[in-house]
Amino acid sequence: MTSLLKLLVIGGSAGSLDVLLRLLPALDNSWPLAMIIVLHRKNDNDLLLTELLAGKTMLYVKEAEEKDELLPGVIYIAPSDYHLLIEPDGSLTLDDSEKVNYCRPSIDVTFTSAAEVFGSRLYCLLLSGANMDGSGGLIAARELGAFTAVQDPEEAEVSFMPRHALNSTAVDKVLTMTEMIGFVKSLQ
Amino acid sequence: MESVHHIKDDEIAVLLNDLLEQYGYDFTDYSFASVKRRLQRVFSTDRFPSFAEFRYKIKSDPVYLTYLMEQITVNVTEMFRDPAFFQTLRKSVLPVLATYPFIRIWHAGCSTGEEVYSMAILLKEMNLLHKSVIYATDINETVLEKARKGIFPLTYMQQYSQNYQQSGGQQEFSQYYAANYEYAKFSESLSEKIIFAAHNLVTDRSFNEFQLIICRNTLIYFNKELQDKVLHLFSDSLEQLGFLGLGAKETLRFTTAASLFKPVAPKEKIWRKIAT
Repeated sequence: MTSLLKLLVIGGSAGSLDVLLRLLPALDNSWPLAMIIVLHRKNDNDLLLTELLAGKTMLYVKEAEEKDELLPGVIYIAPSDYHLLIEPDGSLTLDDSEKVNYCRPSIDVTFTSAAEVFGSRLYCLLLSGANMDGSGGLIAARELGAFTAVQDPEEAEVSFMPRHALNSTAVDKVLTMTEMIGFVKSLQ
Repeated sequence: MESVHHIKDDEIAVLLNDLLEQYGYDFTDYSFASVKRRLQRVFSTDRFPSFAEFRYKIKSDPVYLTYLMEQITVNVTEMFRDPAFFQTLRKSVLPVLATYPFIRIWHAGCSTGEEVYSMAILLKEMNLLHKSVIYATDINETVLEKARKGIFPLTYMQQYSQNYQQSGGQQEFSQYYAANYEYAKFSESLSEKIIFAAHNLVTDRSFNEFQLIICRNTLIYFNKELQDKVLHLFSDSLEQLGFLGLGAKETLRFTTAASLFKPVAPKEKIWRKIAT
C-alpha cells in the first residue's frame, strides 16, 4: 500500500500550534495524503491536542498508536514522550529510547524514518521553534529524495528552528503562511 | 551532522541474520524501524567506514557484540514512571494481592531496575514486601548487573521523588537510598526480595506462576506476531485472576490473547486474567 501513498510530516515546536490551527482548516476531506504531526510539548494532555486539532479540520485526526497503518486523509499526532517511526510496510512504531535534541518525540527521528520508507513520496515541513530539532532530519530526508520545506523564519513566531535548518542545509522551499496553505492544499 | 551512509534494509536483514545464526539473539520479530535506527546510530557514532567493516566487527569481536546488544535494546526507564500507573497498583491491585499468603510478581523487560525498586517500595509501604518475591528479568546482562546494584544517579532523585509523590507516596522518598557523591544506592531491604535474572521473551518459556506481571514499553519493540506470542506467554504465566500491567501506549488490540483478559484500568493499562 505504501507504494502509492504519499506522506506529509510536519514538525513544530514553540509557536507552531497557531500555524497548524490556520493550516488545517484549509484542507478538505478530499486531501489525499497521510499526515503526521510531530509537535514538541509538555508530557501531558495528549488528548487535548488531538481534540483541538480535530475540531479544526474535516480530516480524521487521531493520536498515533503503535502499529497504526498510515491511511490517506488521516492526520496522526505523535504522542508525547515517544518517538514515532515508520515501518517498511507503512505502519507506525512508537519508541521510548533516549531523547534526541532534548526532545521526545523528535522531529529528526520521524523525518529520517519516514524518508527511509517513503523517499520521494515524502514531504517534510518544519515550522517555528526554539530548538535545533528537525535540521538533521531534513538533511537525511533530502538525501533520501524527499521534498523539504520550512516556514519562513521572518514569519515564524520563534525563528530559531527554521533558521537553523536553513543554515544547515538547502531546502526546496521557504514558505510564508499563505504560501504554506497553498502548497499543502496542492499536494496530491 | 548526520552520517552519509544510510544502512539499507537488506543490510539490516544481513546483520539480524548474523546475530541469530552466530549468537542466538533473535531480533527478526522486533520492530524493524526501531532496530534499524539503533543499528544506524551505532554505525554512525562509531564511524565505521563501510557496512562490511561494521558487519565484520560484530561477527569477530564478542566484546563489541556485548556493547552492541546494550545499544540495540532500549533501556530508558525511570522510577514511578507514569505515576498514575503506580497509583492504580497501590489502590486497586496490591490490596487484592494482599489477601494472598504469598505474592509472586514478574517484572519482564526490567532494564536497569528503576520500576522494580519502585514496586518494592510500594510493597514495603503496604507491609507486603516480607511475603513477596519479585522476579525481574531482562534479555540484557549488562543492565541486569546495574539493576542488581540498585545504584542510580543522584541527579534523577528529584524527578523520582516527584513521581513517587504523584503516585500517592506520602513518606520521605530519600529514606530509601543512601546518597554517596553523585550516586544514590537503594536500600538492600528493598532488593532482598528481588531476583534479577536473564530471560529472553523471544525464546525462553514460562518459569513460574504469578499474580502480577509487569512489562512496560517492551512490547512496542515487537511486531504483531511476537507480541501475540509474548502475551500468550504472560497469560500462561499468570494465575487465574492475575494482573497484567503494560506501558502507557501498549494495547492488546492485535493479539488473540485479548479474549483472555478484561481491562481493570484501561487508561493505566492494567488487565486481569479471566477465570476459566
